[in-house]
Amino acid sequence: MKSGTLSSFLKNGAIWAFVVSELIFFSVAGQFLSLSDSAFMDPGNMLLLLKQSAPIGIIAVGMTVIMINGNIDLSVGATFALCGIVLLDSMTWPIFAGLGDWVIPVSCLLALLTGVALGAINGLIVWKTGVDAFIVTLGAMLGFRGLVFMYNGENPTSHLNWTLVDFAEAQALGLHTATWVLLIVTGVIWYVMTRTVHGRNAFAVGDNREAAVNAGIRVGPHMLINFMLIGFLSALSAVVFYAESGSVNPNDGQLYELWVITAVVLGGTKLTGGAGSILSTLGGVLAIQLLRKGLGHIGADTETVNLAIGLILIAVLFLDRQLNTRGKEELKI
Amino acid sequence: MSRADIGRFLARQGILIAFALFIIGFTIANGRFLSPDNILGVVRSSAILGVMALGVTFVVISGHLDLSVGSMMSFSTIVVLDLHDKIGPVLAIPAMFAMTLCLGAFNGFLVGYLKLNSLIVTLGMLSAIHGLTLTYSGGKNLDIADKDGTWFDIFGQGTALGIPVPILMFLGIAALLGIVLAKTPFGRKVYAVGGNGTAATFSGIRRAHTVFICYMISSGCVAIAGVIQASRSLGSQNTVGQGLELDVLAAVILGGASLLGGSGTIFKTVIGVLILGFIQNGLLLVGLDFYVQYVVTWVIIILAVWLDIAAKRGRLWSSIA
Repeated sequence: MKSGTLSSFLKNGAIWAFVVSELIFFSVAGQFLSLSDSAFMDPGNMLLLLKQSAPIGIIAVGMTVIMINGNIDLSVGATFALCGIVLLDSMTWPIFAGLGDWVIPVSCLLALLTGVALGAINGLIVWKTGVDAFIVTLGAMLGFRGLVFMYNGENPTSHLNWTLVDFAEAQALGLHTATWVLLIVTGVIWYVMTRTVHGRNAFAVGDNREAAVNAGIRVGPHMLINFMLIGFLSALSAVVFYAESGSVNPNDGQLYELWVITAVVLGGTKLTGGAGSILSTLGGVLAIQLLRKGLGHIGADTETVNLAIGLILIAVLFLDRQLNTRGKEELKI
Repeated sequence: MSRADIGRFLARQGILIAFALFIIGFTIANGRFLSPDNILGVVRSSAILGVMALGVTFVVISGHLDLSVGSMMSFSTIVVLDLHDKIGPVLAIPAMFAMTLCLGAFNGFLVGYLKLNSLIVTLGMLSAIHGLTLTYSGGKNLDIADKDGTWFDIFGQGTALGIPVPILMFLGIAALLGIVLAKTPFGRKVYAVGGNGTAATFSGIRRAHTVFICYMISSGCVAIAGVIQASRSLGSQNTVGQGLELDVLAAVILGGASLLGGSGTIFKTVIGVLILGFIQNGLLLVGLDFYVQYVVTWVIIILAVWLDIAAKRGRLWSSIA
């Protein structure tokens, strides 16, 4: 993880250079093309952008850990929706009726525990059966979505608690609550991944699982913890998002896994495991959100966002391969 | 046959045994389950997913993934419906095929020749093609103007010899691709490339070319699925294929193809597709809601893959510490 050489600087700094050039491009282009009077770099607009990045961003931090570990999790979108339902629905349960506003922390805790439990299910299956995480979480994506529908049929689950909405809309030191959560999560997981044994093990397991086993790392429990972590973060993302919106549609969170993986890959994390950076993932999340908002700001159709992000993702993959000569065991033909 | 052999046989054929048990169970629960009408209905509604799964089987056996088939199917459906009113169905179908094959060629070029990771490439294409479709249609739903005066509905709604056309197309393409995969040199190359790419290269197989053709086959199947879908409803939303890529992959995995490449057959994929279709239908017939199938599919996918690899390694539990 030590930077120093030019190529590693390029790799770690590239996403932030991309974010800055997006800012400059949309500010300049916005002067000529935008229909609104306010500048793109307007503080209110930027604060909103950070807040809107939070739901995807919080999950993306967890996905980075999973992908450094050499796994993948496709079930985060369904986990997100299910935890949202638990959060909102549990506030109306009769057993909590006497709690008043104290129901909020109880419901949040229930939602987070649900996320951890769902992650633990995935982690245990990956550990005990040895089935690839891609298949396990692909199945779980369907299964968890089925649970979402079984909870309340095709009806939305709604409950607005105004105390919770006030909390979600609060702006401590100017930043929204969601932004704070995103920054704190990024900071904590960054610390875990760069300064603790668990973080070092995650890189070791992703880089070479067999060597990690021989070095005495218990790979199974290690991966279980990481799956519980991403379940927790998906739930946290749901708590942050639904605290304000107050209504869960059973289709919510669909395609989240794809957005999240896109952000993580833009941030330079390797699908094969063993390399990646939490801070660069944050850059990837911001880059996607800037692109969405920026294209809207200069009056482009929203559909061009999908086109642009898809092509950028492929271009990043191509550039990364050209820059990164290490780790190519494939035969050159 | 020793006891271990019997256990291995049961695990290997576990998916077929489970399928048979399911069918027996549902038949006891509801007598209509095995009636010809119901069977035709299930196969007919599985045909679109099935045709797509046939193409993806080639890609998976070659050791890659195709996540772009869902949004590619939306694209071909929208394009063929739009062109139907502009240049007529006779020209619209080949024009749409050409466009869809171009998308497949782009996938194949990036994965085969440039050797980029197929998961991310096709993930990017999923998003890009979705954007392309929305740009093409302007975000509006498309409908054929004269729904009664066109013969285009034959692919989705017609019958021949008493059998719905989508079923005939699905089984016909399955037979054709099954022969290609099992009986031709190209089919053997696909297995070789997926099984051990380096060895395949040393044997003089053009690896990039083989992967490229697999993606072309996948997009060709998607185009056919698009024709069936468009013809069945004669109108469409922009998101008609959204999420299908993962259902398709689930069917292929259920059929026993390994994501590592090198294993799987067309016949097994057809079984995988039918299992998904019959489970969905059976659960509905016994009075459960449609979403219960998601949970059942989850359990079945994991059990199927688990039993398969347990049979290969000879023990039930993994050796991960």
